[in-house]
Amino acid sequence: MQSRRGFIYSGAAASTLLGLQALLPPWARSETRHQHSRLPTLSGTEFNLTIGRTPLSIDGQAAGAITVNGTLPAPLLRWREGDTVTLNVSNQLAEDTSIHWHGILLPFEMDGVPGVTFPGIRPGETFTYRFPVKQAGTYWYHSHSNLQEQLGHYGPLIIDPADPDPVDYDREHVLLLSDWTFLDPHALFATLKKQSDSLNYQKRTLGDFLDDVREDGVAATVEDRLMWGAMRMSPTDISDVTGATYTYLVNGQAPDANWTGLFRPGERVRLRIINASAMSFFNVRIPGLPMTVVQADGLNVQPVATDEFQIGVAETYDVIVSPEKERAYTVMCEAIDGSGYGRATLAPRPGMSAPVPALRPRPLLTMEDMGMTHGSHAEHAHHEGHSMPDMRVQQHDHPAGPGVANLAENPVSRLHEPGIGLEDVAHRALAYSDLRSLDPNPDQREPGREMELHLTSNMERYMWSFDGVQYSAVEEPIVFHHGERLRLTMVNDTMMPHPIHLHGMFFQLVNGGGAHKPNKHTIIVKPAEKLSIDITADALGDWAFHCHLLYHMHAGMFQVVSVREREVGA
Amino acid sequence: MKWLSPNALCAFASLLTPLAAFASDSHTGADSMQAAREALRAHMGGQKTTALFVDRLEYRSNEGDPVMLWDAQASYGGDINRALLKTEGEYLLDDSQTEEAEVQALYSRAVSPYFDLQAGLRYDVNPEPDRYSAVLGVQGLAPYWFELDAAAFISQRGDVSARIELEYDLLLTQRLILQPRLELDVSLQDVPELGRGSGLASIESGIRLRYEIQREFAPYIGVAWERDLGDTADFSRAEGESISRLSVVAGVRVWF
Repeated sequence: MQSRRGFIYSGAAASTLLGLQALLPPWARSETRHQHSRLPTLSGTEFNLTIGRTPLSIDGQAAGAITVNGTLPAPLLRWREGDTVTLNVSNQLAEDTSIHWHGILLPFEMDGVPGVTFPGIRPGETFTYRFPVKQAGTYWYHSHSNLQEQLGHYGPLIIDPADPDPVDYDREHVLLLSDWTFLDPHALFATLKKQSDSLNYQKRTLGDFLDDVREDGVAATVEDRLMWGAMRMSPTDISDVTGATYTYLVNGQAPDANWTGLFRPGERVRLRIINASAMSFFNVRIPGLPMTVVQADGLNVQPVATDEFQIGVAETYDVIVSPEKERAYTVMCEAIDGSGYGRATLAPRPGMSAPVPALRPRPLLTMEDMGMTHGSHAEHAHHEGHSMPDMRVQQHDHPAGPGVANLAENPVSRLHEPGIGLEDVAHRALAYSDLRSLDPNPDQREPGREMELHLTSNMERYMWSFDGVQYSAVEEPIVFHHGERLRLTMVNDTMMPHPIHLHGMFFQLVNGGGAHKPNKHTIIVKPAEKLSIDITADALGDWAFHCHLLYHMHAGMFQVVSVREREVGA
Repeated sequence: MKWLSPNALCAFASLLTPLAAFASDSHTGADSMQAAREALRAHMGGQKTTALFVDRLEYRSNEGDPVMLWDAQASYGGDINRALLKTEGEYLLDDSQTEEAEVQALYSRAVSPYFDLQAGLRYDVNPEPDRYSAVLGVQGLAPYWFELDAAAFISQRGDVSARIELEYDLLLTQRLILQPRLELDVSLQDVPELGRGSGLASIESGIRLRYEIQREFAPYIGVAWERDLGDTADFSRAEGESISRLSVVAGVRVWF
C-alpha cells in the first residue's frame, strides 16, 4: 500500500498570474492556480503529443519556443511500470523532429535518435512509439534533432512503480531545470566556434591580478598567470555558455516568476529534480532544509542526507525534504560557474518567498583540473586479472591532432568530490562516492573486458570528441557483445566536466559500492578524472552514446554503441 | 519448441543478414536511414561555418594626412580546412585615393591545436604597379595568449618579404580591453619601386583600448606609431617622406 496521504489542498486560488502561466502545463503552474497536491498529468497508456512552434513570454520577453502540446516545458507524462505505452508524436514543425525517452529501457528502434535508431519524424508526419514500461522512477524526454532541446523541447516523465514505492512521501513536486536563450541555437553554436570564450564574462582581469598580488605576492601571481598562459587555458573556463546568455528556468519559469510548490508543515515532500538544460550544471540547495537523496537517474538509492548536490545536464535526483515550519524555503539552483541561478520556492501558502542567497564567487579551475598535463599520455592501465585469451583489453590510442589540445597526464578518481563550486562549502555536499543502489545489482559478474575511452577537446577551436575523433569522422561504432559484462573506463582529457549519457542501458558506477553500485544513465566525468562504469550489454541494437552538453555533442562528442551478437570466430 | 522463441529467431535472422553494419536497417528502409545517418554525421562535428572578423576599421590621424585603414578576414569551412580571404589597406581621406590595398585568397589548414598553416595568393592593388605574390603563412594562438599572424611572400618578380603581426588582449574589465599590437615587415632585398629596403623594413606598434558593447562589436581609440628602418628609411628620406609617423586612431572591431 502506498503510504502517501494524498489529501486535497484547497487553497485560496485568486492570484496574480503572469502571462506565461496560462501556457504552462497545469503541473508546472505555480500552485496558486490549482488545488490538488497530486499533480495533474497526462497519464494512461495512450498519448498524443504534437510538436510545434509556440510564441510565449519568458522573463517578460517574447520567445519562440519549440513545444510539445503547446507548453514549455512539455507535459508531464505519467506511466505505470508494467503497462505498454503508445505515444503518437505528430510533427507540426517545418523541420524534422524526434523524441528520445531519456533513461528508458526499450527496444532500440523506439529510442528516438535520428540517424541511429530511426530516420526521424518528418514535417507533417506522425510517428508512433510503443513499448512496454519495464522500470519506475523519475525521467524525462526531449528532442534529439537539430538543437531543439535548447528551444524548449523537453519534459518530465514519471513512472509509478508496480510494487509499493520504497520511498515514503506525502506529496511530490517536479522541479525541471533548464536554460533558456533568446538567441538562435545555431547562431550560438557558431559564436562558440568563432570565439569559444566570448560568452564568459567572468574572466580574470587586471583587477584580479592586483588582488592576487596583494594576497599571494608578485612572484606567485606571475607564476600562476604564466602557467595558465603557457597552456593557453583559462581557469575561469567553467561553462561555455553562462548566465550572461541564459535565463535559468525552473518548470519553465524565470527566477522572478518564483515557481512555488506547496507543503503542509510536517509532510514528507518528494522533489523530483530533473536537469533538462542544454549546457548548464547546477548546484542545488534549500537553505534551512536538509535533503535526503532517495533516487538518482530514476533508480532508488540508499537514502543519503545532504545539504547540496550538483546536478549535471540530463541527470535526475529525487530528494525528500521535511519542512516543519510554517515558512517559505528557496530552492536555489546556482549555475556552477556562479553566473546565474534558477529558483523555486517551497511554501505552506501561495505568494510567499524566502530570501534568495547571493551568488557565490565564481570558482576557479585548479591544477588538478588540468591533470598536470603536457606532453605524453598517461599510461593506459592494462586491466589485470582477466586473462581470457580471446578477450584482450581494448586500448584506444587516440589521435592527438588539431582537435586535441590537452592530455591529462595524471588523471585521478574524483568520485569523492562533489564538483565545481562545492569545494569549500561549509555544509554537506553529495559526492558520487556516497551513492549506493537500494537493490543489489542484478548482474554481479566481474567484467569480462575493459575498454578505455578518452574525452578529448580543443576548447579554442571548439572541437569536442571521444578519443580525438569527432563523430563526423568516426568510422566504426563502439561494439558491445550481447550479454557481456564489460567495464568502460573514461579518461577526461579536457578541463570541463562532461555528462556522459549511454542510451538503452543503465550502467553501474564503480565507486566502491560492491554489490550496490549506483545505476546511472548519465555520469559527470570531471576534468582530468578517470572513472569506470560497468555495463551489462543486454540491449541489442545501436544506441547513442554522447556528452549531454548539447553543443559538445553537436561539435562531435558523440558515438554509437552497437550491441551485437558476438560474431562467430571473432 | 523452446528454441524457436522470437529471440532465437531474431538471432538466427541476424546471422543471415550479411553484417548488418547498422541495426536500424532491419526495421526501417536502409535508404531512409542512409540519409538520416549522413545528416547526423554532418550534425555532429561536420558543420561548416562562415566568419567575418574586421579586426581594425579605423581613422588614423597620420600626422595631418588622415587615412582610413581596414584589416579584415573572412573564412568559410570546417574545423580543419577553411577557405580564407584577407584584406588590408589604407585610403587617403584628403586625396580620396587608395594608398595601399591588398587581398589574399588562402587555403587554411589546422595543423596543430593552435595553429593553421595557410597558403595562397596575394594581390596588391596599390602601390602601382599591380603585383601578385605567393603566400605561405601561419596563424594562430601562441603560448601566453599572443595572437600571431606571420606570412612570407614571393612576388612574381621574385622579391621576398615577410610580415609578422602580434596582438595581445589585456582585460581591464570584462568589457574594457587594452590591446597592444606589433607588426614587423621584413624584406630580403631592396625593392626601390616600393620604397622598401632589405632587412627589417618597418615596424608598427600600437595600443588600442576597446569597449565590447557586445563581444562582436567594440569601438576603440588608440595610438599607432610607424617607423621605417634601415634602407627603407633611406628610401623614404630620399622621397622626402618622414620615416616616423604617429597616429591617433579611432575605429571599431566587429566580427560575426
